[in-house]
Amino acid sequence: MVQFGLTAYGSYLPFQSISRQAIFDQIGWVQGGLKAYARGKRSYADWDEDAVTLAVAAARQLLNTTDAAQVQNLSFASTTAPFLDRSNAGIVAAALDLADHTNCHDSSGSQRAALAPLVAACHNQGDGLLIAAGEKKPVKPANVMEMLAGDAGAAVLTGSENVIAELIAAQSVRSDFVDHYRTAESGTDYVLEERWVREEGLAKIAAPLIASLLADNNMSVEDIDHFILPVAYPSHARAIARTCGIKEDAVADALFTDCGFSGVAHPLLMLNDCLDRAVPNSLILLTGFGQGMDAILLKTTEHISSYKASISVQDFMTNLRVEDNYPRFLASNGQFHPDWGMRAERDNRTAQTVAFDKSRDIYGLVGGFCASCQTPQFPKARRCVNPECNALDTQQDYRFADIPATVKSFTEDWMAFNRNPPLIYGNISFEGGGNMFIEMTGFAPGGIAIGDNVEMDFRIKDIDDKRGFHRYFWKAAAQRKM
Amino acid sequence: MAEGIKDKVAIIGMGCSKFGERWDARPEDLITEAFEEALTDAKIEKENIDAAWFGVFYDEQNVGKSAYPLSQYLRLPNIPVTRVENLCATGTESLRGAVYAVAAGACDIALAVGCEKLKDTGFAGLPERTKGTFEDLYQPGFTPPGAFAQLGAAYAHKFGLDMADLKKAMAHVSWKSHENGFLNPKAHLRKKLTIEQILNAPPVAYPLGVFDCCGVSDGASCAIVARPEIAKNLVGENFVTVKSMQLSPSNGVEMGHQSWDGAGTITTRKASERAYAEAEISDPRADISLTEVHDCFSITELVLMEDLWLSDDGMAPKDILDGRFDADGDIPCQIDGGLKCFGHPVGASGLRMTYEIYLQLLGRANDRQLKDPKFGLAHNLGGIPNRNVAAVSIFGMNE
Repeated sequence: MVQFGLTAYGSYLPFQSISRQAIFDQIGWVQGGLKAYARGKRSYADWDEDAVTLAVAAARQLLNTTDAAQVQNLSFASTTAPFLDRSNAGIVAAALDLADHTNCHDSSGSQRAALAPLVAACHNQGDGLLIAAGEKKPVKPANVMEMLAGDAGAAVLTGSENVIAELIAAQSVRSDFVDHYRTAESGTDYVLEERWVREEGLAKIAAPLIASLLADNNMSVEDIDHFILPVAYPSHARAIARTCGIKEDAVADALFTDCGFSGVAHPLLMLNDCLDRAVPNSLILLTGFGQGMDAILLKTTEHISSYKASISVQDFMTNLRVEDNYPRFLASNGQFHPDWGMRAERDNRTAQTVAFDKSRDIYGLVGGFCASCQTPQFPKARRCVNPECNALDTQQDYRFADIPATVKSFTEDWMAFNRNPPLIYGNISFEGGGNMFIEMTGFAPGGIAIGDNVEMDFRIKDIDDKRGFHRYFWKAAAQRKM
Repeated sequence: MAEGIKDKVAIIGMGCSKFGERWDARPEDLITEAFEEALTDAKIEKENIDAAWFGVFYDEQNVGKSAYPLSQYLRLPNIPVTRVENLCATGTESLRGAVYAVAAGACDIALAVGCEKLKDTGFAGLPERTKGTFEDLYQPGFTPPGAFAQLGAAYAHKFGLDMADLKKAMAHVSWKSHENGFLNPKAHLRKKLTIEQILNAPPVAYPLGVFDCCGVSDGASCAIVARPEIAKNLVGENFVTVKSMQLSPSNGVEMGHQSWDGAGTITTRKASERAYAEAEISDPRADISLTEVHDCFSITELVLMEDLWLSDDGMAPKDILDGRFDADGDIPCQIDGGLKCFGHPVGASGLRMTYEIYLQLLGRANDRQLKDPKFGLAHNLGGIPNRNVAAVSIFGMNE
């Protein structure tokens, strides 16, 4: 029988986090009870990251291990997608430079948005499905989610060759149980009482579903090696495991201490963390909770031993830079609106005609490679940039996104408008040729030097406040030292 | 090489407004101030002018588009007026248009005017502008200090300098211009600074501090040029002539090719090579008596000394600290205070540089007068090191 399951995965956490104590120090006078969570750190995305860029980053981690040609379908999953009516998956696909015939769709509406396509794939044995999830949850100051949430991306790919975790079976149950909600008008989560959610919601929904799934597959709770219950409160998984009879040491780490709950991305992020360390023949019960529940059984294969994610979840968490600047954290999330100065008044209207015409250049970071003199260059141009060549119409497509580069010159500009000053930018040289003058990210002030290694990150370039649009481009990011 | 324009065009009159925060003046006032000075200097009537070139960069905050504001302010008799813009080389471009028209024989007398009214924008520093519909999609949201600051990091790296040492040479550049500007009644900033004040200034864009940056000013300047035969009739046997005017825009190498090291300006090297050749100057270090270069930032002036072939590569910091470009040095630079202290009304700057060289050559520079200057060089750099327009002009007395 042909195995079917996951063939690759990738994770992504932003560069920075904030210590929860630093949050509590600022909002404890409003909500003293949040002291219970004032430990560890939570990741947070920079102002120029959103659910799309987080998903792209995770998918690129995945594609470091896998040929992009295997992707036939792309599902972008998030409840914090930047566009309500524009295919966010289409942006992800463009950034990944996927084939034109890739079937792209957005999955949203509940915390189970990333598992819905996985459940469907499990039922349909759908090959070549890339699920790329990203969540940057907007949180209100002093709301419990400010403490519990974390921003992240996670991705998995289905297939039938070199399966690392077989998809055995899946079951779902619906229930309009409202543990929290968010509307376009509210902007941030309205969160209901924790104990009610656990006892009336989670426990009563999870236990029968898990029992049913195991029974239908002739398995018992003792068989479960890893139990993944991605919910915001870190203690719930253990409580539910006890209710269901799942052994305690099977309960997967909720990643509370060093990351926080990343919403739609969290089931996959916890799964990836589990796969980072899993041995062959481990049975994984992956669940997702939100107006019902999904439960999926996976079993690792012998291929898990040889699969190595480019960066593990634990490595991402360990290397998070810990900030204690609360207003800076708020500004990254659109919750703090200082006077950014006159330069913030610039009109960032996008010429959509040009953006479409140059979509592959801008979103795919595809430049030119002169067939005559072999010079890579960005942007692609009619005449080669090499002063010794200047040949006309000799350029082939050349994608810079995955090519390492080094810093050739830089500045930290305190005058330029940036929501996370200073704006760092400069010239970079790509390995194998090519030079770009480009914005940089991931460097702390004073932390950049000529010759530093950089890698390309897909980010928001400019925000057009007047028209509610923003455009994306790539930035030279500090190399993650793992 | 083409025959060139050496000694084919005389400058018969020049004018320059007071530069600075001219809250009280509109472009009409600034232009009139410069033009009337030039007209008196040239001893002609405005009706004698055959054609004019008008340089303005930020038209939106200034005079608006087109050439007619100049025609209107000066009540010109419906002669041709051409509006030009080429970033910070705009003023020089207006002069180049007028000079080329006379050299070509199309005009007997031509007018060049540059004007900028920057202090009505509300900005400290230059306001941002679009880079073009495609370039806006990927180019960084840089500021001029940030873009030029790149030279500092790259230069220090290229020559293995400690940034603290490079900063001392940069501070000397600014110190010298403040000393010079102090003596210039038309300068925007007339205040002396100490090296310590410059080094301890608040940061703008690493490694530049506030005093590494030039002033942003209001101002206008103007030149009237004519065929040498006409100049003799109007101003006598001794007059200033144009020895060369060369322009070199980037062609994309700096932005997109690894051959550029980021520590200097390719265009200045190309333009100055051609300008020296056109002026028949084989040893610029011996023949150039003074320079007015585009010192928008201290690091810019530093690298330009090498790009103009006045310092050996890697030696500009030493030459600067040795005082070679000070007022009493071998080749004084920014004897009028430069962009740094005279100020930088973008469209007027190239003509302001020419104005100082003109005064120096005619011995009219009062407290700033240098002894027996032979040739003066004016240099503009429009844009940023990654993508720019360099203009190099050389002036001397008629031969």
